[in-house]
Amino acid sequence: MSGKTLYDKLWDSHLVQQRDDGSALIYIDLQLLHEVTSPQAFEGLRLAGRKPWRVSSSLATPDHNVPTTKKERISGVDGIEDPVSKIQVITLDDNCNEFGITEFNMKDIRQGIVHVVGPEQGATLPGMTVVCGDSHTSTHGAFGALAHGIGTSEVEHVLATQCLVQKKSRNMLVRVDGKLSPWVSAKDVVLAIIGAIGTAGGTGYAIEFGGTGIQSLSMEGRMTVCNMAIEAGARVGLIAVDDTTIEYVKGRPYAPKGEHWDMAVEAWKDLVSDKDAQFDEVVVLKAEDIKPQVTWGTSPEMVIAIDEPIPRPEDQKDPVKKEGYARAWKYMGLEGKTMLADVTLDRVFIGSCTNSRIEDLRIAAQVVKGRKVASTLKQAIVVPGSGLVKAQAEKEGLHEIFEAAGLEWREPGCSMCLAMNADKLGAGEHCASTSNRNFEGRQGFGGRTHLVSPAMAAAAAIAGHFVDVNEFVKH
Amino acid sequence: MRPFTKHTGLAAPLDLANVDTDMIIPKQFLKSIKRTGFGKNLFDELRYEDEGQPDQECDGRPIRKDFVLNQDRYKGASVLLARQNFGCGSSREHAPWALDDYGFRSIIAPSFADIFYNNCFKNGLLPIVLQAEEVDQLFAEVALREGAQVIVDLENQTVTSPSGATFEFNVDNFRKHCLLNGLDDIGLTLQQDSAIRRYEEKRMNDAPWLFLPRGQ
Repeated sequence: MSGKTLYDKLWDSHLVQQRDDGSALIYIDLQLLHEVTSPQAFEGLRLAGRKPWRVSSSLATPDHNVPTTKKERISGVDGIEDPVSKIQVITLDDNCNEFGITEFNMKDIRQGIVHVVGPEQGATLPGMTVVCGDSHTSTHGAFGALAHGIGTSEVEHVLATQCLVQKKSRNMLVRVDGKLSPWVSAKDVVLAIIGAIGTAGGTGYAIEFGGTGIQSLSMEGRMTVCNMAIEAGARVGLIAVDDTTIEYVKGRPYAPKGEHWDMAVEAWKDLVSDKDAQFDEVVVLKAEDIKPQVTWGTSPEMVIAIDEPIPRPEDQKDPVKKEGYARAWKYMGLEGKTMLADVTLDRVFIGSCTNSRIEDLRIAAQVVKGRKVASTLKQAIVVPGSGLVKAQAEKEGLHEIFEAAGLEWREPGCSMCLAMNADKLGAGEHCASTSNRNFEGRQGFGGRTHLVSPAMAAAAAIAGHFVDVNEFVKH
Repeated sequence: MRPFTKHTGLAAPLDLANVDTDMIIPKQFLKSIKRTGFGKNLFDELRYEDEGQPDQECDGRPIRKDFVLNQDRYKGASVLLARQNFGCGSSREHAPWALDDYGFRSIIAPSFADIFYNNCFKNGLLPIVLQAEEVDQLFAEVALREGAQVIVDLENQTVTSPSGATFEFNVDNFRKHCLLNGLDDIGLTLQQDSAIRRYEEKRMNDAPWLFLPRGQ
């Protein structure tokens, strides 16, 4: 019998009951909650007269539609100008109070984007099952945890039963071999992977990311990679546990201590795929081949390296692809353009659950330091992922570097990634964004999103258009 | 949950691949704390010329006449024909809520995104995967004749085209059982509470650090 993959191990250790038809009852260790996908779940519990199974397994924080300006944030939830957003945030506060769930509310320095907060607090631990009513829950797979997004009915199901009915996914290994070039980041790696396998390439699979190109990444970088597994269609992204993982978790507020820590570390060492494990699909990329990536269209798979020409619809053979490309060209206003450097940018957004951690901000600051944002830009904003990331950045003086360069320094939240708060694009505006989705209208009605790494976004903010950050920093 | 057994209805063809959840229901409508009322904003950006706002009356808004659901012949459609990777993107259940609220009962496509597919079953909507050629044939037949109806039979796992061609589809037994009987998932799982408690006790022993209380 062949060995087990990391995914197999995590699945087996959480299996409560196997059903004959292939579905199974899986135990959930941690549920993260935010204001958008939880109100109807709590309402369901109340209507059925049910109580949460185990409140200590939940952690909540508002993130999707909290404002990010100081003016609106100063008075906490009362300061939210949009009445509909305000009701949603108040509803989360009320539900957490009623059911006794730990919440970092808007006035708490620990508030932030759920996928930044969980790892930062040590609430996310290796070997766990983690769910959240948000597809980017795959982020937590960076810790060797089985983590995926769920819908609101499942949020309610987990609250009430601590379990989920699941069908096991197939195993895919995406290996990045070799050493990444300077200024090529985790974001470029994951965009290149999505470009290679497509947005449905991982559908039905749990993807384990491995190889030296992945192992060399920091935890922040690993989270960026797993975060976007869902953009390749896979609900689950995973990275094996190693010393980098354990070092990151050690000493965090909710991480185990003392005797529990020693026990946990011992158990976590097994959270790797066995050498003889069989994967249903293996994809290999060479790290050296990966260049800074930029999306040109309206799907994350519509991505190219900065030095490549924008692919044209008429060159596509597949009719579905041809039509999709034509639609994207029109929406993105690419007529008459050859390279992405030809696109004049209107806004730059550095933030989101993909790229708002301290390392992302350090890199962006390094690029803009001593430079000025292009005068053609309407706005460039930096939105830290949590109150603690913000505090750390300020301690390091990063906010002063950003502000001196002409970027706005904001309060933590999801912000312009999905434009549920006031931060959004106008129709036809092009944005260099470190977020994860470039769908039509994602960042605002008619808005045109280009996904990039923090370094590429920072360089684009200064130049006013896309440039190869590698070349840029030389001047 | 409303049961789904057999449904006969008008089919509307949405000829677009990779329809994402932001297209199905744009984010400004996710601020509701209810499950209902999303139908009028289903496909909002494809359907209307202007940018829709929550709580806005939609009757007087300028519509995109060429969009399938704005065409008279597809008024009252309850089966949606779609292309590959339908429902990709977010985990928001607002997407199936909006489709359901609009009046759709079933969606037929060559492939779906995982989370969306799963969310449909929780809301009495039946997502059906057919072969690409079968979906092509349905698109062609529906275009051919106004008022063309499609029959979706969950019990027998078949789709019958307007011309009478029958296509079989797969569905998990458990999901089928729940949908046919309109069963509440949570109630069913709670019947297994002793198995859950047994697992929990063993796990508490093996990994006690996962069960520490969490203070404010």
